[in-house]
Amino acid sequence: MTTFLDNVFNGLALGAVYALVALGFVIIFKASGVMNFAHGSLLLLGGYLTAVLHDDLGFAAALAVAVLVTAAVAGAVDRFLLQAGGPDPHTAHVQTIVTIGVDILILTDLSRRIGGDLLSLGDPWGDSVSGLGPVTVADSRIAAIVVSTLVIAGVFALFRYTSWGLSLRASAEDVEAASLMGVRLVRVRTLAWCLAGALAALAAVFLAAFPAPGLERTTGQIALKAFPAAILGGMASPPGALAGSLLIGMTEALVAGYQSDLHVLGEGFGDVAPYAVMVLVLLVRPTGLFGGKAAVRV
Amino acid sequence: MSERLSRALTSRPARTVAAVTVLGALPFYLDAFWLRIGLFSMAAAIGAVGLGLLSGTAGQLSLGHAFFLAVGAYGYVWLAGEPGPGLPTAVAAVLAVLLAGAAGGLFSPVAGRVRGIYLGVATLALVFLGHHVLLTADSVTGGFNGRSVPPLELGGFSFSTDSELTLLGVPFGAEERLWYLGLALFALTWFTARGLLRGRPGRALVALRDSETAAAVMGVNVARHRSAAFVVSSMYAGLAGVMLALSFRRVVPDYFGLVLSVDYLAMIVIGGLGSVAGATAGAVFVTALPLLMTRYADQLPLVAAPGTTGGTVGPTEAARYLYGAAIVLVLLFAPDGLHGLVRRLRTRLRRHRSAPPPTPTTSRTATTSPTPSPAPAAPAKEPTP
Repeated sequence: MTTFLDNVFNGLALGAVYALVALGFVIIFKASGVMNFAHGSLLLLGGYLTAVLHDDLGFAAALAVAVLVTAAVAGAVDRFLLQAGGPDPHTAHVQTIVTIGVDILILTDLSRRIGGDLLSLGDPWGDSVSGLGPVTVADSRIAAIVVSTLVIAGVFALFRYTSWGLSLRASAEDVEAASLMGVRLVRVRTLAWCLAGALAALAAVFLAAFPAPGLERTTGQIALKAFPAAILGGMASPPGALAGSLLIGMTEALVAGYQSDLHVLGEGFGDVAPYAVMVLVLLVRPTGLFGGKAAVRV
Repeated sequence: MSERLSRALTSRPARTVAAVTVLGALPFYLDAFWLRIGLFSMAAAIGAVGLGLLSGTAGQLSLGHAFFLAVGAYGYVWLAGEPGPGLPTAVAAVLAVLLAGAAGGLFSPVAGRVRGIYLGVATLALVFLGHHVLLTADSVTGGFNGRSVPPLELGGFSFSTDSELTLLGVPFGAEERLWYLGLALFALTWFTARGLLRGRPGRALVALRDSETAAAVMGVNVARHRSAAFVVSSMYAGLAGVMLALSFRRVVPDYFGLVLSVDYLAMIVIGGLGSVAGATAGAVFVTALPLLMTRYADQLPLVAAPGTTGGTVGPTEAARYLYGAAIVLVLLFAPDGLHGLVRRLRTRLRRHRSAPPPTPTTSRTATTSPTPSPAPAAPAKEPTP
């Protein structure tokens, strides 16, 4: 029973972090129709900046700088590379490939700087643990859940109550109509990219915190697991991204936790289990759990 | 260079003959390094044509191409090798291609229902699950270390260095022999793909991409065509996988990862969606560029010699930087890919020539072969996913 609770808690924490990344994906996809392959390197950039700066600035200030810089880089990528030819939704697939190029550039540079090192982010939780009923959990995991919940709630509030959120929802619904109603497409899009970058930088902190050994050059690959999370929930639905992330995190933690009982499936199946779950869900619901059925007018 | 060759191939029979002659003569002049680049490019071109058919023409975004390449490559190795049935290698190669097609067919319950970006990520799952299987199923795939590839034998002729062969004073090793196999397979791909695209199936797929409802009304069987596109594309991928396995002479699981899928996607977009020539050009670009850069990067300024550490930029990193920058720049200045770039240059050239005072601009005439331009190879395609 304790093992089970342990695994569930791990799954929740993992899911909460995936949710930060997946939400970024979904926001970018909603705003620009682009599948952002550079998300992993943005995440790594955020983590790297925090790791480098925390000695001089302290953790909180370093994180703030990292979040801002990553947001700025994401916004700049969108504004100066992707939107160079105007915010044309018909070139979304070309822009998707451009993000691959951007990913290669950022990732190569960061890998060169990080090398084989494990960078500590200097987070305040360290390796302390707390007892929560019968289970012992790392403080960083509790922090991950709390912070993610707050941030995600904040992002939803942004969607719901700000004029930017309204503009974003409007342009995701119908670009032309939104543009005619005076929505500044370029600005709305770029801000969406900034927000996604900021979320990725934040996620990096929890991915590198205890019990993970630290920030490695491969940490960014975790973003790939947010793909199924975002898809599971339905790409156009932020609450769906949340639900999908929890499901993915849970699956991964449970499969990894009961690995010994599942050895038929091979070692390390926990890493790929999310994808198996996703394919099964898509077989039943082709637009994800929360994705609406698209009505087509002929 | 090859881009020019591929363009020449698109036009009249005379050009085809010229191109075949040039390509056929290359093994007599190039060393193994260049031939290997050519082999990888040909294999990639076969795979890219398949992906172009699926993602460019039929509009089904696939990130799972690496999986089908792996099925082809490992299928061949297992079918022809020990442990495995040990079939004659030529039979194994054909069966491997069919196996890849079957794998694509098995995925059709998903491919037939799931659309757009959902399909893209669903196929992403294939790559990860496939990679897991490749690592786990030791007895078939050899696990992490992979397996060595038995050389192809065709009617007693072996595509390896086992037997001595010298033609016109040039020793024919594995690369030289495989070069001609690659050419033959690529020609097969080229003509079948064009036939498919220009015939009824191609039109049906384009109609499907533009509007499923409209296509269905016109009598296109939606689910059947969607799955068929997947199967055919997987078979091209399988063929490319066999070719890759033969050129590498060893297959390892880590090669068939997400990066490979993404590379193929980059190929068809850089080349220009919806055209066979574009996919070929993109394949050569994406394949040859990193190899060339890795080889010549140390001659670039600001690059340290290999082995030096301490924050300097080594040749491998320089190659990656240039590769990433090349992708960004090509698409920034030619969003319709190399194919579109060539078409625009051609139009400009034609206008230039018909203008009364022909002021010869050397740079432009040097980069495009002065073709009395035939009709543009394939109509411009609107975007897909």
